[in-house]
Amino acid sequence: MRILIEGGRVIDPANNVDDILDVLIEDGRIASLGPHRAGREAPPPDRVLDARGKVVCPGFVDLHVHLREPGREDKETIASGTRAAARGGFTSVCAMPNTNPVNDNQSVTEFILDRARREGAVNVFPVGAITKGQKGEELAEIGELIRAGCVAISDDGKPVMNAEIMRRALEYAGMFGIPVIQHAEDLHMTGKGSMHEGFVSTELGIRGIPAASEAIIVARDILLAELTGSHYHVAHITTAEALRLVREAKAGGLKITCEVCPHHFALTDDAVRSFSTNTKMSPPLRSSRHVEAVKAALRDGTIDAIATDHAPHTVQEKEVEFDYAANGVVGLETAFGLAMTVLVEGEVLTLNQAIARLTCDPARIFNLPRGTLSVGADADVTILDPTREWVVDVKKFASKSRNSPFHGWKLRGEVLATIVAGKVVWELEG
Amino acid sequence: MGTGLKRKDLLGIQDLSVEEVGLILDTAASMREIASRDIKKVPTLRGKTIINLFYEPSTRTRTSFEIAGKWMSADVINISTTTSSVVKGESLKDTGLTLQAMHPDVVVIRHPAAGAPQILAGLLRASVINAGDGAHEHPTQALLDLLTIRERRGSLSGLKAAIVGDILHSRVARSDIFAMQKMGMQVRVSGPATMLPRYLERLGVEVFSRIEPAIADADVIMMLRVQLERQAGGLFPTLREYSKLFGLNLDRLKAAKQDVLILHPGPINRGVEISPEVADGPYSLILNQVENGVAIRMALLYLLAGGQAGSNN
Repeated sequence: MRILIEGGRVIDPANNVDDILDVLIEDGRIASLGPHRAGREAPPPDRVLDARGKVVCPGFVDLHVHLREPGREDKETIASGTRAAARGGFTSVCAMPNTNPVNDNQSVTEFILDRARREGAVNVFPVGAITKGQKGEELAEIGELIRAGCVAISDDGKPVMNAEIMRRALEYAGMFGIPVIQHAEDLHMTGKGSMHEGFVSTELGIRGIPAASEAIIVARDILLAELTGSHYHVAHITTAEALRLVREAKAGGLKITCEVCPHHFALTDDAVRSFSTNTKMSPPLRSSRHVEAVKAALRDGTIDAIATDHAPHTVQEKEVEFDYAANGVVGLETAFGLAMTVLVEGEVLTLNQAIARLTCDPARIFNLPRGTLSVGADADVTILDPTREWVVDVKKFASKSRNSPFHGWKLRGEVLATIVAGKVVWELEG
Repeated sequence: MGTGLKRKDLLGIQDLSVEEVGLILDTAASMREIASRDIKKVPTLRGKTIINLFYEPSTRTRTSFEIAGKWMSADVINISTTTSSVVKGESLKDTGLTLQAMHPDVVVIRHPAAGAPQILAGLLRASVINAGDGAHEHPTQALLDLLTIRERRGSLSGLKAAIVGDILHSRVARSDIFAMQKMGMQVRVSGPATMLPRYLERLGVEVFSRIEPAIADADVIMMLRVQLERQAGGLFPTLREYSKLFGLNLDRLKAAKQDVLILHPGPINRGVEISPEVADGPYSLILNQVENGVAIRMALLYLLAGGQAGSNN
């Protein structure tokens, strides 16, 4: 199967490419990139995609999604979640292990990979649990998880509260060279908190979660990373204080990486004044001081990747009182639009940098053979129109769930087509 | 008499304009006399249905709303959720829709989660009155507090008020702060540092972690109950220590103005935040508050559900 993507502006930050080029895909791999020419390749391609005036880049890589299968197929399945990924321009996703049963053993990993192979629209890289059942008490069979296909470990949804267990997890994971991903919060400080502890929580009388809750665990874990020499990755980082610690740790040569979610650079805790439960997630939306710190950290490279923490929930789990609502929002289908509208148009990042934070940077830090358009690489390609305006309509989502705070938002930057291993898995009508 | 509030619901003091607050206070003041009649009945809300939906225990507020409704000839129904299908797990949404199907005119809701009245207001055609949502607002309390102060002082503007206690968890504190400031009063708050929410000064109040500077020269002192059921622990060591540091007794009271007004939303913890001598003494308006509570609630029910202007006879 030969596909020619012609005349597009090819942006491949991994290879320092930003040029009008034709991309030829053959047998699921990038066969060649060459200057645009009217004359055709011989033999003629099976399909030609006209990308003139558009951007062609590597398929996005999302280090943090919840596909909910096994266990909560009512909210999302590997099939629907990967379709949502494709619609958002993502060709690879890392699936978090807080499923039911938890992915703390090879059978669950194999189940996920098998489902993904049969029904997934994009590549699925499972993340295994750090501890058995994610209970934070005993290490899971990390070696087996990796052998079965896990690319990282995390107890995401929860932090590993016990410093000794976290130390041993880092040490053990260090044997395999995989990152240990921490959902950084101190559960005692979080308590029954539902939103960021700040002026808004004071006015609304909603229990707040202080920024220190995140920073304290990051501070502790950086010391453990220093002790063990292992790779520590902060999931969904949100606070100025944690970012300051990560910046300092990186400057000191430690293997520390982190990711940020679009909702944490697009919204502040002011959004919670509406009491909409689509503004409730963990970690919470922070005040503008922290959002500014996040943007500065994206600019200076302290934050390595943009990840969505795509967290589908059913209507009944969200259509309740704010305090009782489940934490989390979906994000695969709005990530690029938000990155474009808030970061690129907001002059925080250039288009090339934004694409890097969505492609080669996440792939590199997790050692995934993705995120580039190198010749011979898997043909995971996304075609975008960075200037096209569109309005977010949750009813059109490919995800089974609708819990997004961005419904009705006018965004600039739309995904036009997504190709995985040389197959078009999604394209925009018209 | 006014033609009512041009709004469907009363969810919080923050939503009200100064004029609306004035209208509610004036209406309540004129309705106070119903309490001293031999036959406490006016036909104003005859044929109207009021449902009190209380997810939390209450003596004053619920009884007050019930009496207010009945004196105005409404049909009043009380739902205490501990004896309703809420114990079977029925959601607020379904409870709201179920009630809507029975066509009430007003639903009064008290709920432990902030924002619950907003949810109900969006679901129901009926007027929704917030009788307390989590630590967020308790607008009718703040209104009756203003009425009580105004009754004694004539006007509110420029008066110095001190609110003392667990501000962090208090919906009364928040509504009082919003209400008092709206009407031009100077507000100070005081409590242990662990119970003072951060950034409180941004609301324009002066914040003290000792009671003495807060009540110095105060015209009004609002004491809050130490709310044991809302404590998560670690906020203060013992009631004994709290009382020693923050309890209002006759001795401490000397720092306030000669004719200081003492308020408390109730129920009081005698000997903890307020000494019996102060609670039962000549400065205390605690029982006046209760009396004014019925008047305020009559006023609100009338202004939201009473229909046309006219006499209330």
